[in-house]
This record gives sequence, C-alpha cells and structure tokens, in this order.
Amino acid sequence: MAKSQVAMKVNGATVEALVEPRTLLIHFLREELRLTGPHIGCETSHCGACTVDLNGKSVKSCTIFAVQANGADIRTIEGMANADGTLHALQEGFREMHGLQCGFCTPGMITRAYRLLQENNNPSEEEIRFGIAGNLCRCTGYQNIVRAIQYAAAKLNGVPFQEAAE
Amino acid sequence: MIPGSFEYHRPSSVQEAVGLLAKLGDDGRAIAGGHSLIPMMKLRLAKPAHLVDLGGIADLKGIRADGSDIVIGAMTTQHELIGSSLLESKLPILRETSLQVADPQVRYMGTLGGNVANGDPGNDMPAVMLCLGATYHVMGKSGERRIAAREFYQGAYFTAIEGGDLLTAVRIPVPPAGHGYAYEKLKRKIGDYATAAAAVVLTMSGGRVANCSIGLTNVAETPLWAEEAAKILNGSALDAATVKRAVAAAEAITAPAADARGPAAYRTKMAGVMLTRALARAKSKARG
Repeated sequence: MAKSQVAMKVNGATVEALVEPRTLLIHFLREELRLTGPHIGCETSHCGACTVDLNGKSVKSCTIFAVQANGADIRTIEGMANADGTLHALQEGFREMHGLQCGFCTPGMITRAYRLLQENNNPSEEEIRFGIAGNLCRCTGYQNIVRAIQYAAAKLNGVPFQEAAE
Repeated sequence: MIPGSFEYHRPSSVQEAVGLLAKLGDDGRAIAGGHSLIPMMKLRLAKPAHLVDLGGIADLKGIRADGSDIVIGAMTTQHELIGSSLLESKLPILRETSLQVADPQVRYMGTLGGNVANGDPGNDMPAVMLCLGATYHVMGKSGERRIAAREFYQGAYFTAIEGGDLLTAVRIPVPPAGHGYAYEKLKRKIGDYATAAAAVVLTMSGGRVANCSIGLTNVAETPLWAEEAAKILNGSALDAATVKRAVAAAEAITAPAADARGPAAYRTKMAGVMLTRALARAKSKARG
C-alpha cells in the first residue's frame, strides 16, 4: 500500500514522515516519534488515555489515522510543561492534590483538562466532571482529579485555591 | 488493534468525492468523523479497500438559515452544533441532544452527517430528525436527491443511501417560536448508547396541544416516528389519561433487541418512561 507523506507540528516542532494510511495517530506518536506519554488503554475510543490536543480539540489519538493529521498542530503531555521547564498548573495541581495513583490515565486527563480550561477558565465542579467524561480513571474515584483541575484553574486565574466545604 | 490496509483519498469537493465513491463501488467507504467506522475497522468488522475522507471538503461544513429551514452541512461536528447560537435560538433540541451523544472527545470529531447516515439504531440524531421532519440532501451519480428522514431508514445499517451516494446536508424546518422540546435518554453511563430515548417537539395553544411529534431511539432496528401516539395527544391538555394512552401506542410500535442494556420488555417500558418525561418537560417549555 502506498505510503503518504505527512507533515505536522507536534509540541511546537515540525515533523515529517512517510506513513501507511492505516497507521493510527497514537501509534505514530508512540512508535515513530517516541512520544510515549499518550497511552494506549482500551483501543476502542472509550478510555481517553490516548487523548491529545489537535487543532484546538481534544482528540482520542487511537481513533484517527496519522494521515488525517497532516497539517495539524498537536500537543501531547510532553509539550505541556512551561517554557522554563516548570510544571504547567495542571501538572502541579495533579501532584499537589494527589490527582493520580497509578498514573496511567494522567496524560490523557491533563491534555483533556487543558482544553477544557481553554474553553472555560472557571468551570464548576459539575462542568469539570462533564468535561472529563471521556477519560476513565480506575484508581482515584475522580475526587482528586476534580480538585487538581480546580487547583489549576485557580492558579491560572491568579486566585487562591479554596477547597469546597465537605 | 490495527485496521486492515487501505488506500487513502482526500477529495476537496463534493463532486470529486461522489465521483470517487461511484468509481470505487463496494471497495470504497466515506469517512466523516470516523468514530463509528475506525473502531469497526480496528475490529476488522469493516475492511474497506479505499477510504474517502470528507474532512477536506469545505462545502460540507456550516449551519445556515434558508427561508423557514435550517440547513446543516454533513461534516458539522456535534461540538459545533452545541456551540451554534443559531441552533440555540431556533432548534434548541439539537444542542440538548448533542450534549447527550458520547463524550467530549467524540463530540469534537463526530459529525451530524455521520450520525444520521450510518444507520446505527443506537445513534441519537436520527430519531430527532424523524421528530423534526428533516430532509436529507443526498448527492449521487445522477445529481442531488432529497429524502425525507422518515423514509430514509430501512433496517439496522440499511438506509436509502446507495453505492456512490453521499449525504451532504440535513435540512430541518424550524418549529414555531415558543415550541416545547425535549430529548430524554436513558443510558447506563455517559458515553453509552441509549437503553431507550424519546424526542418530543410540540406546540401548545390555549393549554392544549396544537401539534406534536415524537421520535424514539434504539428500540427497534430503525429509529421510530411515533405517529399514532402523537395523534392521540393532539388537541389534549396532556392530561394523565391521554398521556398514558399515547405512551401505550408508542410502546406498541417498539421491537427492541435484548442486549446488555436489558431485556426487550424492559427497554420497551423505558421508551414509555422516556416519552412520559419528554412530554412533561416539553410542555413546561412551551408557550401558549
């Protein structure tokens, strides 16, 4: 099968490659670009562990072909930290609020939460829960993931993080 | 899971896409958002030799008013439906339904055209289109046809689409201002297909139903337009006894499969419960 030439921007750097049309974006990212932050979880578009940011949308990279991402601007968890190397507010929030246990879902959670906060910089708890409904976590019960995103929203908005009363 | 090999095509116009699909015949398959097709390809339940990606066709995008209709391009995503102020003011049932489709990531990619054309009885939009009396624009070898949504669905994954056809747009007559609407969907979890769901659009006049239309999701091989149930409700004040009769008429046309979402009798009953709730909520929103 003829390969296709693709060019895309990944975490700010332009990459070019020849891909088989059937190569899924997640396989391209992990195996060609060695970006193993996006994880392969369910492979059936349910779990969200493979989520990346693609042209301003949260996309499950197991459900799009690399050839379809030709020309796209992609950000993965590897491109999430601040330019000076410090952690992004979301990464810091997940650390401070214990938003992960095994960590398998975390790259997808953080890249999804990144887009959620771009679209709504001060989401309610309900909006956060609805907004991350495409990402499954089997450890935390989500409580601390929600708190981590609230922490990040507060930090990005320059206001002190206040825990909701129990 | 890796799909079988295929050749990739990315036409830039509807004409080019239709030409390709006609030439490729059964070997070709159009791909819209891909969130039904790619999982099927990974499972090797679908093995198209050629994929015709509709993502590069600007004419298939967008939402516009056209006289008393709204016309939505087939490649408009669920996310775009949710964000449209035109739909929010004229056809709010679409936003309400889109928000209940799958999950955020899927809604960024999943399209209205794919949802209505795929023929999956679990998809939510087809029943809403039956309810609204939508028409599908279908481009084929011999030009454009317009097919009523109510005549489009023939069986699970069987529709009026024939080889070489491409559904390009959905045309929806705007319901009268002040209409009531609701899409009630029972599902096991976010992202799931409906155990049963009901779409209702109605107008009220002097406290009585002037006009009512009902669609049902995932309780038969095709979406259902519950015409008899709606007839029973017309002219009524949606009193409990009339609603009960209408719900019974709606339940009577269902023929759900038993699956992990429950036995057939349960899903029929849930269709009735969803309809009861949708009627109550639509009434509460209607003026007149």
